[in-house]
Amino acid sequence: MYVAVKGGEKAIAEAHRLLASERRGDPSVPEISLEQIREQLSLSVDRVMSEGSLYDRDLAALAVKQARGDLMEAIFLLRAYRTTLPRFGYSHPVDTSRMHIRRRISATFKDVPGGQVLGPTFDYTHRLLDWNLGGKGPGSGLGGPAPETDMEPPAAMPRVLDVLGREGIMENEDRGDDPDPEDLTREPLTLPAGRAMRLQNLARADEGFLLAMGYSTQRGFGTTHPFVGEIRMGEVEVEFTPEELGFPVTIGEITLTECETVNQFIGSGDARFTRGYGLTYGQGERKAMSMALVDRALRAVELGEEIKGPAQDGEFVLYHSDNVEASGFVQHLKLPHYVDFQSELVLIRNLRRAEREEEGSHDS
Amino acid sequence: MSTPLTRRSQWMGVLALAGTERLQEAWDALAAPPEYNLVRGPETGLVMVRARSGNGGRRFNLGEMTVTRCSVNLQGGIMGHAWISGMRPDHARLAALFDAMLQDPQHSDELRRTLVEPLLLARKEHLARRAHEVRPSRVDFFTLVRGED
Repeated sequence: MYVAVKGGEKAIAEAHRLLASERRGDPSVPEISLEQIREQLSLSVDRVMSEGSLYDRDLAALAVKQARGDLMEAIFLLRAYRTTLPRFGYSHPVDTSRMHIRRRISATFKDVPGGQVLGPTFDYTHRLLDWNLGGKGPGSGLGGPAPETDMEPPAAMPRVLDVLGREGIMENEDRGDDPDPEDLTREPLTLPAGRAMRLQNLARADEGFLLAMGYSTQRGFGTTHPFVGEIRMGEVEVEFTPEELGFPVTIGEITLTECETVNQFIGSGDARFTRGYGLTYGQGERKAMSMALVDRALRAVELGEEIKGPAQDGEFVLYHSDNVEASGFVQHLKLPHYVDFQSELVLIRNLRRAEREEEGSHDS
Repeated sequence: MSTPLTRRSQWMGVLALAGTERLQEAWDALAAPPEYNLVRGPETGLVMVRARSGNGGRRFNLGEMTVTRCSVNLQGGIMGHAWISGMRPDHARLAALFDAMLQDPQHSDELRRTLVEPLLLARKEHLARRAHEVRPSRVDFFTLVRGED
């Protein structure tokens, strides 16, 4: 148990001064701007928005700077800030079919309608350090102009899983009576959690945790036999209906990454594949893929599968996925536990004394 | 949805997606900027973004986004509203003002011509340019026939 302590104000102020000085680093090096972070460390910004569960590129850039690049600390800052803002309402569900696509690939069909568009990806890079980016070579950083192509309108990109759906071999997404989804920012996680609550939890979950959980299913702790049906990344418009207007308006656009997996089938005569779904803020392919694997693993009970691994255990996954909670509980251990520890000390000393006295009485 | 409504949601959307500088320029270029009162805001809050599992299934809450809203009242009594992403008070105020002016027959034709239509065109060009940039990274994978048969 943590017991409040008093004092230390001066030392704390000095510690914060040292932190500010470390954050700034060598003063002869120019200070980094929020615009530079937003534009050039864009995947850090994306991760902070995703796990901070707040889409705002400028705020996320500020958080990254303030946290000295510690993304988990930046995520915490964003989560803390959001509690100071009023909630205006809920958007209409975004429609990723209408995404302005910058990347779209399928691992299940080579000739997918609309084509495979690699977009800005680390895939197929050689992972060799690029000395040009160190400012030593010509044209550092610039990708160069795009080659000339005709300005034909963007090709329609039908969803890969819909192609399977039309053949009847992909399970339907059952909308039921489309209930209002639970909201984890408003109500606590309850078990067993429905899919809406699970997806919200996974969408704000720690990427490393999701990656490890997804990986564990591939290694045999709850096999789900996934194929990546489709990954798409790009911008979608967000629509909202203000109360005073009564009709939906576009309030802005956000970048999303979506992954849909095609998994192990169910049934026999009416056999069909099952789905896993991942959706994240920004360009977050690793996370979207991990999320889809874990979403599918967590559907084990609903699909009548044997529970063989932690990734299939809702309580295990959903209660340990949030890095703000996890970091808080782990790191609170370093706060003063003096009173707690004093009681443990008294206990252990008494035990030993009692033992010694007993031995003494046997000897006499 | 009736045509006037469609038009209003369309201009509100394009005003939200435009750059703040563009709206400021348009405001500065007005021969006689109207008198107005701020009725609400500009104030920033949160909208919870929703999605659907598999894009077609049940809804879930994906995460929040910052949104700035503003409502203004022109001298003639016309109300203008703006709801725009991010913490952008100036943008929200200007968008609300233009929303009000676009409802005013005295200004609407002129503003459609000088602001809304150019913004719609710019948006179209922006999307075409973005699609054009990624198009060369479109690939054709081909599978190789393996030797064993």
